[in-house]
Amino acid sequence: MNIFMEPWPWYISGPLIALVMLFLILSGKEFGVSSNLRTMCSALGASKASDFFKIDIKSQQWNILFIVGTIIGGFIASSFLNGNVPIPLAENSLQILKAYGFTDAGETYMPQAFFSLEQLVKNGNFIYLVLGGFFVGFGARYAGGCTSGHAISGLSNLQLPSLIAVIGFFSGGQLMVHFIFPLLFS
Amino acid sequence: MKAFKFLFAGIIFGIIMFKSGAASWYRIFEMFQFDSFHMYGLMGSALMVGIFGIQIIKHFDVKTIDRKPIEFHDKQKGYKRYLIGGTIFGLGWALSGACLGPMFTLLGAGFLTISIVIISAIAGTFIYGLLIKFLPHY
Repeated sequence: MNIFMEPWPWYISGPLIALVMLFLILSGKEFGVSSNLRTMCSALGASKASDFFKIDIKSQQWNILFIVGTIIGGFIASSFLNGNVPIPLAENSLQILKAYGFTDAGETYMPQAFFSLEQLVKNGNFIYLVLGGFFVGFGARYAGGCTSGHAISGLSNLQLPSLIAVIGFFSGGQLMVHFIFPLLFS
Repeated sequence: MKAFKFLFAGIIFGIIMFKSGAASWYRIFEMFQFDSFHMYGLMGSALMVGIFGIQIIKHFDVKTIDRKPIEFHDKQKGYKRYLIGGTIFGLGWALSGACLGPMFTLLGAGFLTISIVIISAIAGTFIYGLLIKFLPHY
């Protein structure tokens, strides 16, 4: 039973993700987490502001259940499966993060500087979470999907648009960590 | 309730996201630094199984659990929306350290400040819906 308590290696986790996707396909659905944000907007009345949100919410019920499950999964993993453990990082990343002032790098699952409420208010990183979330939500819908919809589902189905989107994901990520992070944190 | 299988699939997905470290802000930073194979192995092995599985489904014309034909939808052609939207997504992914699935996983795992990211992501989707006519897509 030890495997459940240890961090899961990529060669276990990756194929399991694919099995989740295949299970959804065999249930007649498509794997894509970000469309739930559109559904939430619709449920909050956004269809009054834009036709983009005029969708049949009932047809998306299964996907909302899926993300409710994702929340429960996070709870189970952190509470019962010893999930909330330090993430061992590569030496180079560790050095850069320490230089940026992420003092708990390599010792926690998440940086306190970003995710403890007390620190967020003090150091102003609050605004980065707001911007980061906004870009994810805006960009995912603009690109027509996120990591699950494009990088996993789309590429698995050999879709060229998904490859272009994934190239975009990584270009944006490169820009952020190599050019913007040095401005924000040093 | 047939729909509960989706809740169950979500639970499994959430556990994988958290236990693999894919939900960790640190892992995403390390990935964009190209300092570790972990996340590439994760996505690469998911893809290998995914491509293989979908080819089998197509080749043998596998039906859904309810014995209906499985339809695969091609993504719309074009490149602007994928490149520009994708880049914006990537900027946010690296900054907040989480894409959509892990955000919900982290909420369940007790990192409550991730709700700031989730609410902002919903706002981002809403603003996209308002601007959709003005953005280049194809």
